[in-house]
Amino acid sequence: MQVSSPIREPLIHGGKTMHDVSEDICRQVEAKPSKGWMAGFAVSLAILGIGSISVGALLWDGIGVWGLNKTVGWAWDITNFVWWVGIGHAGTLISAVLLLFRQKWRMSINRAAEAMTIFAVICALMFPGLHMGRLWLGFYWALPLPNTFGSLWVNFNSPLLWDVFAITTYFTVSLVFWYVGLIPDFATIRDRAKSKVSRAIYGGLAMGWMGGAKDWSRYESVSLILAGLATPLVLSVHTIVSMDFATSVIPGWHTTIFPPYFVAGAIFSGFAMVLTLMIVTRKLFKLEDYITIGHIELMNIVIIVTGSIVGIAYITEFFIAWYSGVPGEQYAFINRATGPYWWAYACMMTANVISPQLFWIKKIRTSIVSTFVISIIVNIGMWFERFVIVVTSLHRDFLPSSWAMFYPTIHDVGVFLFSIGFFLTAYLLFSKYFPVINMAEVKSILKSDGEKE
Amino acid sequence: MESTKKQYWKGLEELGKDPEFVKYADKEFPEYLPTNSELEETEEGSTRRDFLKLMGFGMAAVTLASCEAPIRNAIPYVNKPVDVDPGVPNYYASTYIQGGDYASVVVKTREGRPIKVEGNRLSKISQGGTNAQIEASVLSLYDKERLTAPQKGGSETDWATLDTEVGEKLTAIAAKGGAIKLVANTIMSPTALKVIEEFKAKYGNVELVQYDTQAAYGLTSAYNNIYGVAAVPSFHFDKADVIVSFDADFLGTWISPIEYTKGYSKGRKIGPKKKTMSRHYQFESNLSLTGANADYRTAIKPSEQGKAVIALYNAVAAKTGGTSISGGGDYKNLKKAAGDLLKAKGKSLVVSGSNDVAVQTLIASINNMLSNYGQTLTLNDYSNARKGNDAQMSAFVADAKAGKVDAVIFLSSNPVYNHSKGAELAEAIKKIGLTVSTSDRKDETAGLVSYIAPNNHFLESWADAEPKNGTFSLGQPTISPIFKTRQEQESLLAWSGNSTSYFDYLKNNWKERFGGGKEGLSFQAFWDKILQDGVYEAPVEAVEYTASINASAAASSIAKNYKGDGFELALYQKIAIGDGTQANNPWLQETPDPITKTTWDNYVTVSLSDAKTLGITEYEGKSIKVDLTVNGATHRLPVVIQPGQAKGTLGLALGYGRKSAGKVANGLGFDANGLVGTLNGAAYYNVTTGVNLAATDEEYQVARTQTHQTYMDRGNVIQEATLAEYQKDPMAGREVPMIATWQDQEHGKVKSTSLSLWKGHEYPDHHWGLAIDMNSCTGCSACHVACVAENNIPVVGRKEVINRRDMHWMRIDRYYSSNEEELAKTTGLIDRLSALDIASENPEVTFQPMMCQHCNNAGCETVCPVAATTHSTEGLNQMVYNRCIGTRYCANNCAYKVRRFNWFKYHDNSQFDMNSSMNNDLGKMVLNPDVTVRSRGVMEKCSMCVQRIQLGKLEAKKESRRPNDDDFSTACASACPSDAIVFGDMNDDKSMISQLLRIKLEEGDYGIDKQVNEERAYTVLEEVGQKPNVLYLTKIRNKDKNESQA
Repeated sequence: MQVSSPIREPLIHGGKTMHDVSEDICRQVEAKPSKGWMAGFAVSLAILGIGSISVGALLWDGIGVWGLNKTVGWAWDITNFVWWVGIGHAGTLISAVLLLFRQKWRMSINRAAEAMTIFAVICALMFPGLHMGRLWLGFYWALPLPNTFGSLWVNFNSPLLWDVFAITTYFTVSLVFWYVGLIPDFATIRDRAKSKVSRAIYGGLAMGWMGGAKDWSRYESVSLILAGLATPLVLSVHTIVSMDFATSVIPGWHTTIFPPYFVAGAIFSGFAMVLTLMIVTRKLFKLEDYITIGHIELMNIVIIVTGSIVGIAYITEFFIAWYSGVPGEQYAFINRATGPYWWAYACMMTANVISPQLFWIKKIRTSIVSTFVISIIVNIGMWFERFVIVVTSLHRDFLPSSWAMFYPTIHDVGVFLFSIGFFLTAYLLFSKYFPVINMAEVKSILKSDGEKE
Repeated sequence: MESTKKQYWKGLEELGKDPEFVKYADKEFPEYLPTNSELEETEEGSTRRDFLKLMGFGMAAVTLASCEAPIRNAIPYVNKPVDVDPGVPNYYASTYIQGGDYASVVVKTREGRPIKVEGNRLSKISQGGTNAQIEASVLSLYDKERLTAPQKGGSETDWATLDTEVGEKLTAIAAKGGAIKLVANTIMSPTALKVIEEFKAKYGNVELVQYDTQAAYGLTSAYNNIYGVAAVPSFHFDKADVIVSFDADFLGTWISPIEYTKGYSKGRKIGPKKKTMSRHYQFESNLSLTGANADYRTAIKPSEQGKAVIALYNAVAAKTGGTSISGGGDYKNLKKAAGDLLKAKGKSLVVSGSNDVAVQTLIASINNMLSNYGQTLTLNDYSNARKGNDAQMSAFVADAKAGKVDAVIFLSSNPVYNHSKGAELAEAIKKIGLTVSTSDRKDETAGLVSYIAPNNHFLESWADAEPKNGTFSLGQPTISPIFKTRQEQESLLAWSGNSTSYFDYLKNNWKERFGGGKEGLSFQAFWDKILQDGVYEAPVEAVEYTASINASAAASSIAKNYKGDGFELALYQKIAIGDGTQANNPWLQETPDPITKTTWDNYVTVSLSDAKTLGITEYEGKSIKVDLTVNGATHRLPVVIQPGQAKGTLGLALGYGRKSAGKVANGLGFDANGLVGTLNGAAYYNVTTGVNLAATDEEYQVARTQTHQTYMDRGNVIQEATLAEYQKDPMAGREVPMIATWQDQEHGKVKSTSLSLWKGHEYPDHHWGLAIDMNSCTGCSACHVACVAENNIPVVGRKEVINRRDMHWMRIDRYYSSNEEELAKTTGLIDRLSALDIASENPEVTFQPMMCQHCNNAGCETVCPVAATTHSTEGLNQMVYNRCIGTRYCANNCAYKVRRFNWFKYHDNSQFDMNSSMNNDLGKMVLNPDVTVRSRGVMEKCSMCVQRIQLGKLEAKKESRRPNDDDFSTACASACPSDAIVFGDMNDDKSMISQLLRIKLEEGDYGIDKQVNEERAYTVLEEVGQKPNVLYLTKIRNKDKNESQA
């Protein structure tokens, strides 16, 4: 019962009925894994396996297996951390902020975006853990727990501690938000399930959802409250992550522009990652009618906006370095652009500032292939942005006697692969066994296309 | 059967039916047992719970007992020695002698183990200073590669067998009048020489052959020719206003560097009361430590040495009425030097490191013309530091080759390795009937001999020395021999048929010679005093020496010998490794060369322009290997591009390429001893002809701890001025960052230190600080090794140094001035910054010791998530290893990059077995028990020797007084031979640091603030606002104007 609007494009194509939606989404949950999925899963597991060798080496031998040195104390570890946290921003932004703004187009992508957020945050959390010299103590000493060490407390002045709070809060809220949204859909799958086992499992996951009016009313309120809670977190998490750098004294880190710049960058990279995953998912699970070119175009517009903000931030940093008149600061930025890591800076500039500008051209921003390519380029660029900030600032700071280069080892790469392997594995498991699109919400927009009911 | 009713009483109480006894008679433990009291008192004493408790305890006890407890051999004293208190260090005065290198030292022992060597302030020669090799020598004591027992033909034997066989063979040789040679480095011990006399008396045809690994035979022969004294005169650098040195690295490796540095630094100290300092000219080929400290440095080729000296001779002779000699040339700064010398007659000093008698004759005669004798240069207290006779040594090798030697005893000398004719000697040793070595290890020479009678380490030995005529020094053992080794003097005594112990022999000799000393004490009182002081000065009869100089003969010899074509090679010794005797000491191997900042290697140094011509480039130590051809033989070696290297010259360090020094040293670098030549009968450390250098494709990376050479014109790091500027304005060279605030209109700009987010710290009691005089610091690295020894700092090895992970808590940053010509060519800022990167061809050099700055507003403290680094109430930035989780955030946020992370487990880890102080039981004995050995994954850094501060405070507390400067000093400050580092309490207005910095305590913006009134004092990176407790005094150069040397 397609209702078309003379004003707006429908959000869901293909003239879907409510039953079609259930069928389309539940199909891959109920069916046997496809060959494409199997192949993808095997690759992901392989990456995870290779990466875990490096994690093992890191834990067994020490941080020395990485390429860090006395001058560059953080490199790939914190780069990866910030990169993953940044990616983890899109989910909450899509579900919470866009929910508050009543952007209904979000409904067909928020589930996957939130899942991506959760896995990205887990990947991010790996790095502050793994980068510790003594993880076996650090994992609980970094928490403000009552203890018997003469009651030793954490240092509330430390931005790293703020990170602990910011990220665990964000993770918890995101997880709850995601799970609450999943409950009605689990109930749908439960009701459709044929085998006892899956009925039991999905029944358990659905937590007794009956679909009554009261259920729906509570569901709506909880979603709204969680959206309200999550919205400030979108801004706070990366603000606090940026303070790891901004509150330090190192030229190139000690910058007040970092909080907004990091948040914009996070949304930028998050949307790029959502695009990368969505384009694959819609193809793999034949969801082209739900995740339409319209969605892709809208997300591309967000990428243009945030990419431009990031670009302005890069230029502002340079301006302020010149304007401040501080030689150390000036050197740090000149060294970024022209020093031994100029190539990383060039990568970052091209990928983050120039490539998203291509989306001004309608043909490019509505093309699946070019969007996919640019989304990957943006993610690479954002990785280099963090690398540039972390490494080029450290490698030549105040005293020239300590200036040094950082060269990654195989284990730097390995631990990064571990996180990627984990992310892909988790995402593939999610997309196979959980409904990748929020059926309940999508059903609500089938006919809300501009016309009053 | 009759039942006997014999009764046994438990005691008289039972027999007497003592009521007290009867009351408890039925109890198993009649006496009061406190553990049961609660049970008895409470009625509900639950036996079930008790049972379970006991059961549980029993189970636990049984389980625990079944675990095998590791056996640790820490056995308490049955009878505690009077002097040894666990936890309290004992100090013993002793003497460090290594060939001709000498220092009077104080050895710190803990529970009977020597753990640290410090300078003896009572000595007039070393004056409390030490150097890198002395500081590291304590680790050599615990070297696992030392021989543990005497050896015969490569396998262990016992002393009795060895003594009998050696004795018999010597007697047999003596009977047929065979030639017996004793080969040693300089022996400055009068008693050891007496032992040798006794040995000679017993065996007749015995010759003592002394040679030096860094020979001064040219110098001693020149003095022999001129004054009839074959010795090194005493140089008094403190009395010299003008110092001219031709290739003499007197602050680094030449003859008696500690003594010279002490003197030199006195002349270089300036302050409000003394605004003058000595002026130092250096003419040399390699950039030496001394050259790096010179005010004017001219790079000349080795073949130009002679001509330069002749030129100076002529310039001085022209003004003092001498006759000029032929030869000479025109060298930059030479005329200026001559002018300054003439202005400072009697207060100047000219020295040369040359081992050529001709050059030394001219130098002696220049000093003579300048009336320096008796002033800056004295002969009555001539030095015994170099007694080697190169001619005699060459003759010995020739004799050995000719089969004219019947027996040889190498007295702790290793000529096969460290003499230029070592290879010939190695062949010749086979022809000698009896070969004995007293080396402590199976080194290159000892590996070839038939008997090894291993000598004790100096810390296990009794010794005396006469480093200067009339100045005596006594060395006492601080530990009984660890292995079955024996002092070489005792071995000689044994072979001479004298069964006296060397201790008695030494004591008797002193008794004979000094009786009760000049104070006229009883011998025992005198002996006790000397033993405690370690030094004794006997009155010396003053002799008038008259000079007879033949300058023209010297000039013609120079004209004949000094010719160069193409590249010229200058061989030198490095400060830490020296001649390679202690090469197996990892502390020394990892001590960066103060100039090149390179560890674990030797390499060819080439000048910037030669590198450009040859197409050699270097980045972060990564370069290529070069083919060095010397007299037809080609050697493939690493290369280092060295600013200050004379164009057309190459430098190469001796002391490397050891083949059997031990696991640490073997195979490191290239053995250049074979390249040493001969000139006028003496060892000649330059090769001026037949040298060529070619680049190859083989890539190689040397392990450098500092790869960036200039300070990028950063005035917040290095502040320097010329003397004239300083005299005009003591603030010269200072950069005081001023910050604009919103109050600008009213107050103008304010000092960056007066703005802070923080409330500051109250230091009610003490406030520790360090003041470092960059003008005195010569960069010699004694402090660096002292710090390693004091603070159990691990050695990480060549590979990890390449990975930039050296663990040193203090380093000495060495900066070159930037190339002015390149700078002049630049236009924009980016251009300028890249030009600043390029070091000058002949740069000005600045040394800056850098350790934790103990900031009052420390960046590291705020960022640690677990508060593992905190601020003490005495101004120290403390590191709590136990609390550290290793995020490395503190190290990143340290503006000075002084924090060091334990990337790996460096102790008990076979991957780091070169770190011998932490990887074998013997090596571990050197560890300072007051300092934790850090575990993997924690951060560490300079603690300002908090353990020494604590000890000093406790000592003062025991005497109920406030501690003062004498109670403590950091390891670096106490090692410093130039007194450049001053440690103390900035809250104590009598302390040296307060006086030096002229600290005034006043009410500041927050609490008591310290006003530093010394104009030269500055903190590094002042504008960052971390308020360090380490202050630096500006570097002042005694130059006419600010000019680059290029």
